[in-house]
Parts: sequence; C-alpha cells; structure tokens
Amino acid sequence: MSIEEKVIEIIVEQLDVTREECVPEASFIEDLGADSLDLVELIMAMEENFGIEISDEELQKIRTIQDAINYIKKKKGLAS
Amino acid sequence: MNLKGKVALVTGGSRGIGRAVSVRLAGAGAFVIVNFARNEEAARETLRLIGEAGGDGKIARFDVSDDRESTDAIAALIKEKGRIDILVNNAGESRDGLLVRMKDRDWDRVIDTNLKGAFHCCRAVAYTMMKQRGGRIVNVSSVVALSGNAGQANYSASKAGLVGLTKSLARELAPRAICVNAVAPGLIDTDMTSAMTEEQRETVLAGIPLSRLGTPDDVAGVVLFLASDEAGYITGQVIGVNGGLYM
Repeated sequence: MSIEEKVIEIIVEQLDVTREECVPEASFIEDLGADSLDLVELIMAMEENFGIEISDEELQKIRTIQDAINYIKKKKGLAS
Repeated sequence: MNLKGKVALVTGGSRGIGRAVSVRLAGAGAFVIVNFARNEEAARETLRLIGEAGGDGKIARFDVSDDRESTDAIAALIKEKGRIDILVNNAGESRDGLLVRMKDRDWDRVIDTNLKGAFHCCRAVAYTMMKQRGGRIVNVSSVVALSGNAGQANYSASKAGLVGLTKSLARELAPRAICVNAVAPGLIDTDMTSAMTEEQRETVLAGIPLSRLGTPDDVAGVVLFLASDEAGYITGQVIGVNGGLYM
C-alpha cells in the first residue's frame, strides 16, 4: 500500500469520513470536520502506523491531507 | 454493578484504599492490575483477596512518579490486555510537617507521587481510552484538598492539584465519553492514618458527624460506582466520602 493510500485509510477510519471526501487539498478542520482531539488522535495514529514522531511544532503546519502525505514522505526520506 | 470484560488499573493497590478498590472492582468482574512500588508482599495479598472475591487480576511493579518507568509499564500492560477501561489514581504518600520545617525533598516527593504520578498514568491510558470511545478515570484526592490541614501543605496541595487535573481532563476527554472524577476521602482507617495519637484521633472524631472513621471499603464503593456504566453522566465531580467532616 502506498503512503497516500495508507494516510487516506487512517483518515477515513479516524474521522469517520468517506474516501471521496479525502481529496488532497481537503483541510482536516474546515473540510473534514476534525476538532483538536480528532487531530491529536489522527497524528498519533500516523505516528503509530509509520513509525515516526511528529513534533507539536511540525503539527501546526499540517493542515491538509497533502500536507500530511508530503510530511510523512519527507520524514521517511521519500520526498515527492 | 457489572464490570465484566473491563480492564482496570489501580495504582498503589497493595494496601489501604487501593486494596479495597482493587477487590471491589475485581469482585464486579473487572480484570484488575494491582500496581505497587515497593511492597510486593502486600500486593500479593491484594491479589489473593481478589481471588477470594471470585475475581481476576495481576500485580505490576512500577513507580508512578517515574515518567519512563510508569509510561513503559502501562504501555506494556495495555498491549498485553488489549485495552484499558478504568484507571484509579490512588498511589499516594504523605510527609507531614509544619511549613517552616518542611524540606524541599518532602515537598517534591509528595507532589511527584500524588500529583505527577496521576498525570503520568492519565497520559499513559488516555489515547487508548480515546480510541475505545470510553473509559473511566477516578482520582483519589482528599478532604484536605478542600479544607486544608495544618502540617500538610505538601499533601493538601498535591490533592488539590488532583482536583484541577480531574476537572481539566473531564472537559478534555468528554468528547470521547471518558468520565473523569475524584473522590475526596475524609479520615479513613488505614496505615496512613494509624500514625495518629489517641488524642488526635478523639479530636478528629468530635468533628465527624457520623462519629466514626471511614473504612477503605466506604471509599471503594464510591469508586466502584464511578467506574461503572451507571455513572456515565457524572464527570468532573469531586465526591466527598468523609462522614460529614467537610460539607
């Protein structure tokens, strides 16, 4: 499974949204209806799944699905 | 009250209130992890009493005041059991003394165990409870958190800190149906209060409308209720269990 697919799978599960809603430019808060607790859960799920650590500072910069995908790729040394 | 299928962690479960809570939760069907820091023999006795009550559990040694040790131990326990439903932050100690004579190490030790220890354990279980969309945290505070007590600046500050922790976490975790409450025991007949002189005891008794010391089981019954499904609409509360000592 590609990183993109895995990220979207996690989002669908955590935020209870459909795959169709998960377009790359979708914002977690504005478009997908996440609150602060949802975001923390989402980030922790990503950390768990990808074996990475996301600092609070970096977390501020992740607003959309594409941001998350780019970030994880960078972290895994697979810059797009 | 039925806690079948639930997993509970009781810190400081080897003696006193923690032991009574462990036995009551296990008697109601929960698998109870009895935490202790030093007294393994006492923890084993709690486990024996759990068995006698027809319950099931295990003992787990870790010091709640130690960030790494407690966090790792709880993570391993959650992994082993696959879930965590109930956390009772009961581990506590007192190092009484008048302010002018109180040493920093006595202040730090009591705050680290009673307050920081609860923070460590809450943090270690919260994510799993969030994912489970439910859970119960009960913090064992004290009447002195509300009334104050000469000679217990450190202890009462730590227990008042637990009240703030309780209310903040109640708000923070409410969207995930996790209820966080505190009990504030009055004078309970345990090792911690046995150090009182007969005279001190009588003075205190005169101030208790129900004119007796509480038993660990008086407290455990309330904790059991707060840990149960029946208490699903109670969060952020501090329930006094004090015979009317403080109203």
